[in-house]
Amino acid sequence: MRYAIPIAVLAGLLVLFMVGLQRDPRLVPSPLVSKPAPAFDLPTLDGTPPRMRTADLRGAPVLVNFFASWCAGCQDEHPYLMELARSGRVRLVGVDYKDAADDVHAWLGRHGNPYASVLADADGRTGIDWGVYGVPETFVLDAAGTIVYKQIGPMTQQAFEHNIMPLIGNRESGNGNRGGQP
Amino acid sequence: MIPEFGHFALILALAVALLQASLPLIGWRRRDARLLGFATSAAHGQFVCVAVAYGCLTYAFVTKDFSVAYVAQNDHSLLPLIYRISAVWGAHEGSLLLWVTILAGWTLAVSIFNRRLPADMSALVLSALGAVSVGFYLFILLTSNPFTRLVPVPEEGRDLNPILQDPGLAIHPPMLYMGYVGFSVAFAFAIAALITGRLDAAWARWTRPWTTTAWMFLTMGITLGSWWAYKELGWGGWWFWDPVENASFMPWLAGTALIHSLAVTEKRGLLKGWTVLLAILAFSLSLLGTFLVRSGVLVSVHAFATDPSRGEFILGFMAVVVGGALGLYAWRAPRLATSAELKLFSREGLLLFNNVFLLAAAGGVLLGTLYPLVLDALGLGKLSVGPPYFNAVFLPLIVPLLLLVGLAAVVPWKRGEAAPAWRRLRIPAAAAVVAAVLLPLATYGRLPAFAVAGSLLAAWTVFAAVQDVWKRVRSKPSLAAGIAGVPRAVWGMTLAHVGLGVWALGVSYVVSFGAEKDVRLAPNAGADLGGYTFTFRDEKETQGPNYLAQRGTVTVERGGSLVTTLYPEKRQFPSQGTVMTQSSIDAGLMRDLYVSLGEGYEDGSWSLRVYVKPMVRLIWGGGVLMFLGGGLAASDRRYRLARAAERSAAQASEAALA
Repeated sequence: MRYAIPIAVLAGLLVLFMVGLQRDPRLVPSPLVSKPAPAFDLPTLDGTPPRMRTADLRGAPVLVNFFASWCAGCQDEHPYLMELARSGRVRLVGVDYKDAADDVHAWLGRHGNPYASVLADADGRTGIDWGVYGVPETFVLDAAGTIVYKQIGPMTQQAFEHNIMPLIGNRESGNGNRGGQP
Repeated sequence: MIPEFGHFALILALAVALLQASLPLIGWRRRDARLLGFATSAAHGQFVCVAVAYGCLTYAFVTKDFSVAYVAQNDHSLLPLIYRISAVWGAHEGSLLLWVTILAGWTLAVSIFNRRLPADMSALVLSALGAVSVGFYLFILLTSNPFTRLVPVPEEGRDLNPILQDPGLAIHPPMLYMGYVGFSVAFAFAIAALITGRLDAAWARWTRPWTTTAWMFLTMGITLGSWWAYKELGWGGWWFWDPVENASFMPWLAGTALIHSLAVTEKRGLLKGWTVLLAILAFSLSLLGTFLVRSGVLVSVHAFATDPSRGEFILGFMAVVVGGALGLYAWRAPRLATSAELKLFSREGLLLFNNVFLLAAAGGVLLGTLYPLVLDALGLGKLSVGPPYFNAVFLPLIVPLLLLVGLAAVVPWKRGEAAPAWRRLRIPAAAAVVAAVLLPLATYGRLPAFAVAGSLLAAWTVFAAVQDVWKRVRSKPSLAAGIAGVPRAVWGMTLAHVGLGVWALGVSYVVSFGAEKDVRLAPNAGADLGGYTFTFRDEKETQGPNYLAQRGTVTVERGGSLVTTLYPEKRQFPSQGTVMTQSSIDAGLMRDLYVSLGEGYEDGSWSLRVYVKPMVRLIWGGGVLMFLGGGLAASDRRYRLARAAERSAAQASEAALA
């Protein structure tokens, strides 16, 4: 009987692998997906309005983009964010993560500002609440303020068209250009 | 035309492999010597076919034939020639072709060196190897054809992954595959033994040199991989417990166990069923490794092919090959195994312990590697198992192994006694204790527990291994005669065990005395680490053959005098738009100084990672010693003599001395 143990173990492993093959190993779900966005209360960069809270994100789908002037990946995604802002397809809110106000002003001046509002998370506390472990990360919130998707790493056209658009629906608008043009 | 010719050669190789797998089996049933003999011709023919196919793909790479899809994806007009040749195995399709080419090479070698074996045994071994080849040919031809054409033909290739453009990585996969695939020979011998029922000391003696050879290549492959990761990934680590590293390490552990249990089966005719199982297991773990890497079931830095249809094929293939072998084992092994008495305090008993620890380690690594997959399959969420788990599992198992190495060398076969063993070991033991205290004290003036324990085990392993050779040499009248009188197998064993000790010393020193620091330095600013001062001088742009680099200059001083100047780089490969860090290392036996470049800032300062890695070279030095030891052991003259002179199992097993 003990000579049959190895083949029994193998059978178990094969079943396991069969199930494993059906899954996508690259998917790292955020525990926050399908939960309400964590509460925050942060100063804005330009001071109008002086502070924003979680409630201010409700009403329409919004992309909350954690970025920083010191982050290389943020430069990579920036041209696409500018394009998104220009097209007006979705509202973009930037959270400037662990950054100095001067640096980010200079950075946005140089590369352009795609964000409807930029919030300053200077000590990174909000980033911790949101489970950010590296910038850039982008959270997609629906109109009710629920996180429906999290993009880790730079935002790409591929990710936006295939993963995000189906979740937030089509918001055709020709006059929704909220991105401040430099 | 050339790619089509290669494709055709591959189909032909499949046809020959099919015949090689089936005809000898029929010949064995019918006792037909002609059909049995066909196996050898088929092995030769198959090798020629697949070598032609391999040559065609290499030709396409060297001539930059971008009309072949695989070439277009992995070649580039600016790629240096050496990397155009190594790019053949730079991605999925080509590395499978390399795999099957090496398999055909091993099969060819078996067909040449097996001439003295009983005809049925030799033919069945080749038949089993043929069956494995068939699976891989089908896999390539059905899911991963490297010769597929691309229309329209692109003007430029997409280049070899820059991470693979390194001499270490150019030879790492072939070495690793030599090892992985080499275990197929031991596997085939196990199948032949189960079918014929000839599971005896002679069988073990035939299998040993093949297993040792495969093991030595696998050792070298893993060593190269570790060395490459250390210098190329810029993280300063030499082992990451990455799923794919584990996939190569598990067959190594099982193969190491197999080498030792084969010794018991050859010398004492014991542990037969166990040895056969290990032979099946070592190769099965190689296949499992292939599955894990190729199917994309696990995410890792190595997973460069994710395609469920490929995964399903390998899974089916594994079910047939491993399932068939284990089924055969369950059916035949109960009748073949003997239950002779085995004393635990004897060399065979200690080798059994060695096997238990090695397999427990392999099991622990397997568990850690598959655990995320299990949880995911059961829908319990995603997680990853990291180094803390593996270190916690592996360390307690490697310590008794190192202790056993020294002990087993002095305990005789059949029945050992404590008193004589102790008499022979007290000097090595005392010397090891002295070394354990003196070595860390002399080099670093401190005695961290881990360094003392590591030095103790390392010195114990080395001294105990050397005293065995010393005793043999001293028993001869002169030193020269003594050295000449020690069989190569013993030299090989000693060297491999010394290598293990050297490795342990390196690991304990890197862990105990290694230092690292993340710093941001303005030009001409310095950082102190481990008694050295690293000063960032400047950064300039330079142009490589197919990349643009930002090159930092870092001077390292100690006590005010310049030790070395390092030039870490960040290379941008425009062909793929990727950036690679190229760390700069001043290597030495006692310490490595290691700098890798992080991010540059507007004010001209850079973030840098600096490391001081004491004795890190010993880690790979140990691997190289094991490799050389394996080579010596596999080339021991008694394998050749025994083959030439004697087929009788009984006499041979008596003749074979420890």
